Amino acid sequence: MTGNVIDVKNLSVDAIAKRGERTPIVQDISFSVAPGRVVALIGESGSGKTTISLACLGYTRPGCAFKGGEILLDGTDVLQLDLVGRQQVRGVDISYVAQSAAASFNSALSINRQVTEIPQIRNLMSREDATRKAAALYGELDLPSPETIGRRYPHQVSGGQLQRLMAAMAMMCSPKLLILDEPTTALDVTTQIEVLQAFKNLVRENQTSAIYVSHDLAVVAQIADEILVLKDGRMVEYGPTETIITVPREDYTRQLIAAAHVMPEEVKQRTSRGEKGSHLLSVNGVSAGYGRQREVAALLDVSLDVRAAETVGVMGESGSGKSTLGRVISGLMTPWQGEVLLRGRPLAASLKQRTRDELREVQIVFQMADVALNPRHVVEKILGRPLAFYFGADRRAIEKRVGELLELVGLDPAFARRFPRELSGGQKQRVNLARALAADPQLIICDEITSALDTVVAEAILDLLVSLQDRLNVAYIFISHDISTIARIADRVAVMRDGEIVEAGPTAEVLQPPHHDYTDLLLRSVPDLKVGWLETVMEHRRQTGQQAAGN
Amino acid sequence: MNILSVIVQRLGLGILTVLIVSILVFVGTEILPGDVAYAILGQGATPELVANIQERLGLDEPAHLRYLAWLGELLRGDLGTSLANGAILNDVIGERIGNTVLLAAVTAAIAVPLSVVLGLIASTRPDSAIDRLISTSTLALISVPDFLIAVLLVSLFAVQLGWLPAIANLNRVDGFLEYARVLALPVTALSFTVMAHMARMTRSAVLNVLTSSPIEMAILKGVPKWRIILVHALPNAIAPIINVIALNLAYLITGIVVIESMFNFPGIGRLMVEGVTTRDIPLVQAAAMIFCSTYVVLNLAADIISLIANPRVRHPK
Repeated sequence: MTGNVIDVKNLSVDAIAKRGERTPIVQDISFSVAPGRVVALIGESGSGKTTISLACLGYTRPGCAFKGGEILLDGTDVLQLDLVGRQQVRGVDISYVAQSAAASFNSALSINRQVTEIPQIRNLMSREDATRKAAALYGELDLPSPETIGRRYPHQVSGGQLQRLMAAMAMMCSPKLLILDEPTTALDVTTQIEVLQAFKNLVRENQTSAIYVSHDLAVVAQIADEILVLKDGRMVEYGPTETIITVPREDYTRQLIAAAHVMPEEVKQRTSRGEKGSHLLSVNGVSAGYGRQREVAALLDVSLDVRAAETVGVMGESGSGKSTLGRVISGLMTPWQGEVLLRGRPLAASLKQRTRDELREVQIVFQMADVALNPRHVVEKILGRPLAFYFGADRRAIEKRVGELLELVGLDPAFARRFPRELSGGQKQRVNLARALAADPQLIICDEITSALDTVVAEAILDLLVSLQDRLNVAYIFISHDISTIARIADRVAVMRDGEIVEAGPTAEVLQPPHHDYTDLLLRSVPDLKVGWLETVMEHRRQTGQQAAGN
Repeated sequence: MNILSVIVQRLGLGILTVLIVSILVFVGTEILPGDVAYAILGQGATPELVANIQERLGLDEPAHLRYLAWLGELLRGDLGTSLANGAILNDVIGERIGNTVLLAAVTAAIAVPLSVVLGLIASTRPDSAIDRLISTSTLALISVPDFLIAVLLVSLFAVQLGWLPAIANLNRVDGFLEYARVLALPVTALSFTVMAHMARMTRSAVLNVLTSSPIEMAILKGVPKWRIILVHALPNAIAPIINVIALNLAYLITGIVVIESMFNFPGIGRLMVEGVTTRDIPLVQAAAMIFCSTYVVLNLAADIISLIANPRVRHPK
């Protein structure tokens, strides 16, 4: 017995292909979690951090298998247990909080049914006791109306609330070890720090040990005692949080620190590329929303100007109306009132009424390249369609132009023969961008195009956008919830909240004090790579009475 | 949108569908080759006699008037009279419909639970031997037409082995065992085709749910496997399963026409086929309307049930 809650020793997990070939996903991982301590696993997607956290529960995803190592939970090797033995451990001794609670809660069952399930089927609590305990945990996690929220169904509460409800579910049996897998990644910045604070209190007050999985070093710095840096399934560096973020030994750790959220005020203003062009697009007093009787307003009297070859950042949290604005400009959604002008001429409200040239000049790129690219078409076909549609290009012309477009976005022309599934996330987003460029547009609406990517990959996409703008004089409307991304790329910024633009102006002015209250809240919510930052922010919030948009 | 208004809307659409179907049935039977007058009188009939009969049967009126008259009677619950022998169709069909309902109900009662269970078994062990066995055998059964299955069953169990009757004569049947013996082959033949489809769809619906995030979460929180399937997966798979069940029950209706004829089973399917051979238009129309309405009602039921099964509909924000 080591006195640790969990000792992971030389863990290796393989992926198994259909024909039985094994490729290692994680290799030779060793770490320990002492009672009451939080260890963070940090790395980019594909680094194996989720695989390791699942392995602690004795679970591998379909298509994976344990290759070797030990996972000692209080001295018992979880990997030596049979399925029933592992089921006994899960939920009681070790519990798990998934990345997206919204996807992981079962939509067909009420929240309480799911939260109180394990203590009931293990005969640890009666139904009444379990419900009472759940309500107490809801209260502890600052959830509204803790007595009744559990009777609701998952779709009836917000994402931030679901994430906390899932944490409550994990704490029901007072586990020895809590595994938190990117539990705040899907949340808005202002909500993220509240949930983070709630988790931190939970772990501290219950003396629970935890493994915290994240790609975000700044977030991890707020909650972890020790950090394990992972790359390509191997350990890069392992040590106390303070040491890792102040005196990293490995190059890769330094890279991660460099790519971690840079505070907006530290961002160098983009060197202005001379005079910005003439007036390109105006949005005049646009209101839009959903529902036959116009029940749900998503945009209220929004006005915005874009000049040729400039980048306008639209910043806001989920539900602020920023994506709706993009949809109205592109014609995907018809506004209730107001108009969109392209070079002074009004654009038809709906796509169907726009001329082919008007369609061509305004292109949109979506966040999820996975969903936006037809999985059954090769890249050449994906890029060829707009070429044929807008320019009537024939086969040979398409072949030539596709090669040029791929080179333009930094991909090998040989990618033309590949299917989307054969591309990485960053490459898919490049193809997505190339498809917009195929139309030779004046304006590209980029809707959260870097949000699903790892920091290093996202960085490369941003660089690409800038170089494309320099070469092609294309203007961007860059929609994002991420302040540091906006700060890095935008010439001007519009901050949105509840369907309205609350502040707009040149990036430097908006992001430098004095701020509008809401901009201030947003800026303060971006995690800083400093131990103790979270407490400082929460203290500031208490003093000024600022509240997250979601609550 | 309010769930009640959606259901009312679906019901309205269902009624509209039945109405359109009635037009199709009417037009379809109009363009059937052959003439009831010739069918009654034989090929040697004189034109005068034919005209006489046509007038007596009201066949000389314009089609749209006859349609409206027919529809009006239908709405009043009057199926009309047989052209072939002047019998009241309500009586003729009423006598036979019980048999058809019995055949369909017994088939459904056996095929639905069995195929759902088979689908569940296959889905819990994807790519295992049992899954492959279920998958290939159901695929084979889907590919074989129902009349061929019926012929094979008859030649094996009735002709070769002599265990079961080849003809389903319900006239002198008494007692449960007798019924079971008579119904065994038609029910088996009908079950095979629909079961195959239902089992496969159940498998893919449940498998789809089993690979989703909520199920992974349930595994990770330590829920036993049987409980995952029954409590966590089934409620989410219920809508697609109900849909495929309803569709197959509807398909069963069409299979009944074939199987009843094959086994000489005294139901409305065979009655309809007889009606076609004797050019007994009102009989064919009445039987077709019954089959089509059942089809529409089953689909409607599937729609409404899967609507209600959706938690977002049952528990609005």
